[in-house]
Amino acid sequence: MSTTTAETQGLPDPMGIDLQPEIPREHYINTDYSWKSWLFTLDHKRIAILYLVSVTVMFFIGGFGAMIVRLNLLSPHGAIVSPQTYNRMFSMHGVVMVFFFLVPVIPAVLGNFLIPMMLGAKDLAFPQINLLSWYFYIVGALIGTTALTFGGVDTGWTFYAPLSTQFAYGNVAWTIVGAFLAGFSSILTGLNFIITTHRMRAPGLTWFRLPLFVWAHYAASLLQVLATPVLAITLLALLVERLFGVGIFDPKLGGDPVLMQHMFWFYSHPAVYIMILPGMGVISEIITCFSRKPIFGYKFVAFSSLAIAVISFVVWGHHMYMTSQSAFASIVFSFLTFLVAIPSAIKVFNWTATLYKGSIRLETPMLYCLGFIGLFTIGGMTGLHCAALATDLHLHDTYFIIAHFHYIMVGGQVLAFMAGLHFWWPKMTGRMYSEGWGRTAAVLLFIGFNLTFFPQFILGYEGMPRRYPTYAPEFQVLNVMSTAGASILAIAYALPFFYLIWSLKNGPIAGPNPWRATGLEWQTQSPPTTFNFDRIPVVVAGPYMYSPEADEILDAQMAVEVAQLELQRTKAVIAQHHAENEEAGRGV
Amino acid sequence: MASETVTAGQHAVAEHAADHPHGPAYLHHHFDDVEQQRECTSLGMWSFLATEIMMFGGLFFVYSLYRWLYPDAFHIGSHHLNITLGTGNTFVLLFSSLTMAMAVHFATENNPRMTVICLGLTWILGAAFIGIKAVEWTTDYREGLVPGLNWTYYNHEEGLRELANKPIGPQHVMMYFVIYFSMTGLHAIHMIIGLILVGVFMRYAAKGQFNGGNDQPVELMGLYWHFVDIVWVFLFPLLYLIAGFHPGGLGGGAP
Repeated sequence: MSTTTAETQGLPDPMGIDLQPEIPREHYINTDYSWKSWLFTLDHKRIAILYLVSVTVMFFIGGFGAMIVRLNLLSPHGAIVSPQTYNRMFSMHGVVMVFFFLVPVIPAVLGNFLIPMMLGAKDLAFPQINLLSWYFYIVGALIGTTALTFGGVDTGWTFYAPLSTQFAYGNVAWTIVGAFLAGFSSILTGLNFIITTHRMRAPGLTWFRLPLFVWAHYAASLLQVLATPVLAITLLALLVERLFGVGIFDPKLGGDPVLMQHMFWFYSHPAVYIMILPGMGVISEIITCFSRKPIFGYKFVAFSSLAIAVISFVVWGHHMYMTSQSAFASIVFSFLTFLVAIPSAIKVFNWTATLYKGSIRLETPMLYCLGFIGLFTIGGMTGLHCAALATDLHLHDTYFIIAHFHYIMVGGQVLAFMAGLHFWWPKMTGRMYSEGWGRTAAVLLFIGFNLTFFPQFILGYEGMPRRYPTYAPEFQVLNVMSTAGASILAIAYALPFFYLIWSLKNGPIAGPNPWRATGLEWQTQSPPTTFNFDRIPVVVAGPYMYSPEADEILDAQMAVEVAQLELQRTKAVIAQHHAENEEAGRGV
Repeated sequence: MASETVTAGQHAVAEHAADHPHGPAYLHHHFDDVEQQRECTSLGMWSFLATEIMMFGGLFFVYSLYRWLYPDAFHIGSHHLNITLGTGNTFVLLFSSLTMAMAVHFATENNPRMTVICLGLTWILGAAFIGIKAVEWTTDYREGLVPGLNWTYYNHEEGLRELANKPIGPQHVMMYFVIYFSMTGLHAIHMIIGLILVGVFMRYAAKGQFNGGNDQPVELMGLYWHFVDIVWVFLFPLLYLIAGFHPGGLGGGAP
């Protein structure tokens, strides 16, 4: 191993030698504990932790909205809240989850933490801008959630005009301001990643030696940088219309509400890929590590990310088949939407091929990963039904759509985030979580998720419309099933919150590379120092150099290091004995 | 040891120490050298300008749609603008780009005095632009042509006469003015941010912070300034010149 690892002394023990690795003496967390050192930090890892805490809070706020929605749907007449409150709850769920959780969750937490390390850099290109992006995010999230909680919004997360501009009660304007600020934060994060990937790679780290995590984030960043400004201007236009009573999107005043939908989806469809591409990057990293095999078709996986990013810019019209959009435009959008299936399928096939004849270990991150592949495939396949013009006529605005995008957003992005969080938790904190609890939560999440959302496919197919607080009595059984699944889901989300926090103090010490992974981020101590590497690494090979031979060498190296460590400690013990004896001798 | 490492992972051999060879004071610690820092910041600025193009692009898209739908309303609306002031403002802004380019030039030549002077001229011209724009806007307000705040022009007979025999109503002219104020308003916000930046940079330049090879910030700020300028170069014909030449605005009477 390189000198970096030897210096850090934290090692797992493949030989069964009873040697406890130690937390390194100096790392990015213990440099300073004051609140100032956190709120004014420029360290990408600390900013990632700030984001982790904030998105977790947002997740539980958004989850609260979902809980009320599911509970209310226990009864065909609405079980617990008034229709108005119901509208506000599903809007809160949508706005918080999309703008304040799903978009930032993987890029701003895992991406922020890992991209500089994977590139062998000391930080992102613009640390100040990185911190600024967190402030944009947190101010936007606070304004948004306050507006959604006190007063509320009943437009759904899409803010369609003229509903949002003329007919909606509550704090539409403030919520829009919150989403606008979160958008700025997203732009700044993406911009930072693009520049860092272009210009901050370690010596020898060519484009085709980049981890697929970085490729995926690069593709997502292009979307963040180019699509989000269009959302910004759309939200500003909505704000102008609502505050000044003018009619950019108001048909009474010559405006066109469909224009608003075009502009909104020009961002919000690529946004779906801003949400899923980083998740795909996480999966590529973990699948290889837990199969002990290089990724199958590296270049295909890398370029499929870019292909998804490019195609996703020209498919927005598939959200608008039911509007005044011309039939010819819809045909083109439908065709382009089918095209996105190709790069997405390439990824799924390549991950599966990576598993083939691999030496698979079913540890927590891998369980989440496998869950991701299955659920993402279902989500993707049902997407084709929605992309086809004829079937979408039947499925549009039903629970089928809800189930479809939750399979992508939750089954995809949330599972990928959980996979990544568990995979890199030892790197971020230096501690291992409880593997048993980890696996339990992963399996519970999978079961709960399917129980929640699979019935919704059937409900939607049978015609239950979305957004209504009431439904026909024959839909009750499936709705109760769905709510039951949601309760399991809630437990599965709550569990990691507890055992991960518990592990911060009580988890076994992880050492620099508990998974025997090959990426650059594993070649430094856990938790890393402020500047990540003691020496700038020089890269000599591609990522994912997994093979039985490499594993043997890794094992042998670890054994050597463990032995060296043992030797050092034995020497220390002997020296101590020696000193004690001498003292005792003097005493006599 | 290095050769074994290669087979077992992507990583590698530690070659040089992490602390970079001592560079100039303006080199940030996380960059290897000045060249890397220059490349990063320049690419960062261009990417930022790309986001700005997408943002203004949305408004230009709105403009295109409604001009295509209501060409008469845009014609009438455009007649109400003061072409003389608009043309004057265009020249003011073009001159400010010249002085900004000169400021960049003098910064590369390590000439803080001339840099400050040129930045100062840029600031004065930029402020003049905002001033002229404010005159135009207040005139519009007095005439009752500001949607949402004072939209009374078409309550009067002379306003209605304009629309006689046209397939449009006051709301369509209002659409033109909404777009006019949105676009020039967003542009003005960018101008004000630019003025703040130029002011700050004058201070820095006076302190000599851009000497000794650290001229890049001036160049990047110049890029921003030119970008805002170019946006105006598109706004001016699209908003002012689409109804032919009519110095001084419409005043009264039908076009």
